[in-house]
Amino acid sequence: MKDHVELRSGAYADSVTLLQVSRAVQAAPGVVAAQVAMATGLNLEVLTGMGFEVPASSPNDMVVALRLDDDADVATALAAVDAALVPTRPSSGDTTQAPPRTTGAALRHGGPGAVVLVSVPGASATVEAMDALEAGHDVMVFSDNVPVAEEVALKTYAATRGALVMGPDCGTALLDGVGLGFANAVRPGRIGLVAASGTGCQQLLTLLHHAGETLEGVGVRHALGVGGRDLSSAVGGLATREALRRLDADADVDLVVVVSKPPAPEVAEALAREAEALDTPVELGLLGRGQRDLTAVAEAVLARLGHEAPQWPVHGADNTGPATGPLLRGLFVGGTLCDESMLMAAEALGPIRSNIPLADDLALGEELIVDDHVMVDFGDDALTQGRAHPMIDPSLRNEQIARAAADPATGVILLDLVLGHGAEPDPAAHLAPAITAARSERAIPVIVSLVGTDLDPQGLAAQRDALVAAGAEVHLSNAAATRRALDLLSRTSSRSEGAHQ
Amino acid sequence: MSTSAVTVGATTPTVVTCGADMFADAVAGQAVDVERVDWRPPMPGTQDHLAAVATDPRRPEANRRAVQAMLGVTAHLVDVAPASEVLGLEKGQFLHAGPPIEWERTSGPLRGALMGGAALEGLVEDPEDAVALFESGSSVSLEPCHHRSAVGPMAGVVTPSMWMWVLEDRATGKRTYCSLNEGLGKVLRYGAYGPDVLTRLRWMGDVLGPLLQAAVRGTEEASDVTGILTQMLQMGDEAHNRNRAGTLMLLRDLSPAMVGTIEGGGFGSKDVADALRFVGGNDHFFLNLAMPACKLALDAGRDVPGSTMVVAMARNGTDFGIQVSGTGDQWFTGPAQVAEGLFLGDYGPDDANPDIGDSAITETAGIGGFAMATAPAIVRLVGGSVPDALATTQRMHEITLAENPRWSVPVLEFQGTPTGIDVTKVCRTGILPQINTGMAGAVAGVGQVGAGLVTPPAEIFPQALAALAQAVPGRSL
Repeated sequence: MKDHVELRSGAYADSVTLLQVSRAVQAAPGVVAAQVAMATGLNLEVLTGMGFEVPASSPNDMVVALRLDDDADVATALAAVDAALVPTRPSSGDTTQAPPRTTGAALRHGGPGAVVLVSVPGASATVEAMDALEAGHDVMVFSDNVPVAEEVALKTYAATRGALVMGPDCGTALLDGVGLGFANAVRPGRIGLVAASGTGCQQLLTLLHHAGETLEGVGVRHALGVGGRDLSSAVGGLATREALRRLDADADVDLVVVVSKPPAPEVAEALAREAEALDTPVELGLLGRGQRDLTAVAEAVLARLGHEAPQWPVHGADNTGPATGPLLRGLFVGGTLCDESMLMAAEALGPIRSNIPLADDLALGEELIVDDHVMVDFGDDALTQGRAHPMIDPSLRNEQIARAAADPATGVILLDLVLGHGAEPDPAAHLAPAITAARSERAIPVIVSLVGTDLDPQGLAAQRDALVAAGAEVHLSNAAATRRALDLLSRTSSRSEGAHQ
Repeated sequence: MSTSAVTVGATTPTVVTCGADMFADAVAGQAVDVERVDWRPPMPGTQDHLAAVATDPRRPEANRRAVQAMLGVTAHLVDVAPASEVLGLEKGQFLHAGPPIEWERTSGPLRGALMGGAALEGLVEDPEDAVALFESGSSVSLEPCHHRSAVGPMAGVVTPSMWMWVLEDRATGKRTYCSLNEGLGKVLRYGAYGPDVLTRLRWMGDVLGPLLQAAVRGTEEASDVTGILTQMLQMGDEAHNRNRAGTLMLLRDLSPAMVGTIEGGGFGSKDVADALRFVGGNDHFFLNLAMPACKLALDAGRDVPGSTMVVAMARNGTDFGIQVSGTGDQWFTGPAQVAEGLFLGDYGPDDANPDIGDSAITETAGIGGFAMATAPAIVRLVGGSVPDALATTQRMHEITLAENPRWSVPVLEFQGTPTGIDVTKVCRTGILPQINTGMAGAVAGVGQVGAGLVTPPAEIFPQALAALAQAVPGRSL
């Protein structure tokens, strides 16, 4: 082994650079030990400790101390020192920032009016939504499976800040024409919607858009989702109240429409009183036994604007023969559409089994198709835990369509298909084959409510044509579709053969 | 309100999305600006506690209060005096860095420093004899510096005869303390206790401390330590591993009065020259003022019920501990990690002791590793480049509650340093506080072996979060 020690006067590098240089040189071939350092007292101590003999020096000298294998070349090792001393990285000035990791971080420098859309798994949604509220922003919580206590906490806090919490489990919002979540592209206008129901909102949007094709002045400015539980006893309409206040204050809104899944009676009463007190007229479309269906609500809105309702479109009626059995099987991706159909069907057929039943004793277990009239909401929390919403992942519903079709007791299959921003680019491409397969053995009537507009990215006509070609009868109005299914059942099967064989 | 109360579209065309990309795409497809959050699942097992703490109605205001209290403090240097006087420390009482620890579990550098400290106090003749003294435990006691309003770098050992800086918040009269910095290399705080170390400490006790006391008491305007921190950050120090500008500014403040002690103060010109040379030649001298200034600020943010702000990070060479505003004096601890970095001489990772010292109080307050972007001279410890340093500071904004308007970073458009570590944000992002640190030799007596970067053990943040969740009113978890 041989030592090489040299002093470089006037050379300077900071200690961290030199530690790095030393490390780089230590890795060079033939180098046993290396220390490149300014000749300070401390460094001289270190060098002496390593066994180097350092000539007299001042702290402004750079010491290069190398210990080499006997056959190693000093010049090569010194070249390694020089290479390591040259800065390798040109200054790039690149300060590109990593994307924010929390909603709070994203809002740190955000504009004051930014709206936040949260769609992380439900267990983490509240935390992100709180970030938005703390920073003074409105938030839409698409996520479901958020505990109701957290929803109440979010909305109670929002009330102190004048912020709006849309959701949790809010599928749809339309703000100044910008759709969030699943939202249909519609013509702008002077109607404001408040919706405790995502697909109920979409049904109204699409019906009003359709009517507006021929009727002057029909269009929607805002649709504020509030989440399906907002009008429950636990939440007490906290977000609905704020949404009404916003729309009432909006000079560009002439008529407010509230649409909801069946609300808690006392909350509905309070809501009616509050609606009365507003300057802007309010049309209440609250689903429930004996209440109007969504299509009737749309017709009432049109009547308020001085219009007669149009004929709601139907396609593929030629496809539909008589019911092939006694039972109705409704398989929905839209919760409110399912609710609406169930309320209508229960009046005509009696008890309907469901995963979102009208009464507790009608609840379905894990078996989704039972020997009875059945309506399933595939968008319900219990069926979306750990999987995507059926508007994104249709596989679970398609399986159940096949099972219903294989059951000879099935008389009519009632389906929905929802278009709009956020939905599949071509949902009919998944549903049409399932319909074709269902009808391959027997000509089971398949009735579809297709909720969409001609402005939706999927193209309403193309989606409709695909479904019709597969053998479905396609309605724009879910109520009309349901009525048609009930009509087919009542004409073809006697009730005595019905539900319980 | 008469105008539109719903704001998207023309007025503020921005949507922040957190979650499924398809919704962000759908919004972008409508020609609206979208900012996407790069969300990832939180640390395992923290979801329920995060939700509980997020919806704690006290939290937002509590955190605002804690941050405001912290930012409102200014630290002035008001005195220098022995620990026996200002801390009431008695013979046999030893302060140390980090959370509480008993002799049996102490690491090499803490042992070495305690042994040297025992010799300094005359409890033993030879430092080696102190082992038996501490093992018996009869006439000695160990206590964290933090429990006496003090902070100690590295081993942080304080004994009654050591002279302490005394910092005060003029608004409240509250005070914090720190020992005088000994320099680098073989020094007590790195666990070295040889004759040189003790000789230097005795000189500090006999000459430097009294001289600085006279100078501080004789300086008309008390040094504004917070103000020096502001300036040094703009001059390329991050006030943890680099304190060069701060040290020189302190010297500028004190040197006239130091020279003044030659007449009438009873100090010889050689004493003053030695002291000036010692301070000026020790780039870390100001660290021992930066630390208590940070502690003074953070202590003001303590004990706010519902606040999730970290008020101390400290290590004793064995455990890494944090304290949180909303959970009082409770320590949440895990095993201290070995720093990654660069080594002196032919020392290597095997020679290094796990992380030690109260100096992470600087990061807790938003400087040190958090102000990495402002200290280009030391960024190479981060992994080699200026952009990395900028990214480090930016990343720390992800886990903090506020920006410190006083401590701004020129190269980041004078943005304030990220300040007030939020336990919930650490658990949500998995991003751990970045700490700049020195490395002590694992064996007692060795001293410094390198410098580098370290993070706390991740598990202490979920621990603290659980305690915060437990403390939410009406919530039993």
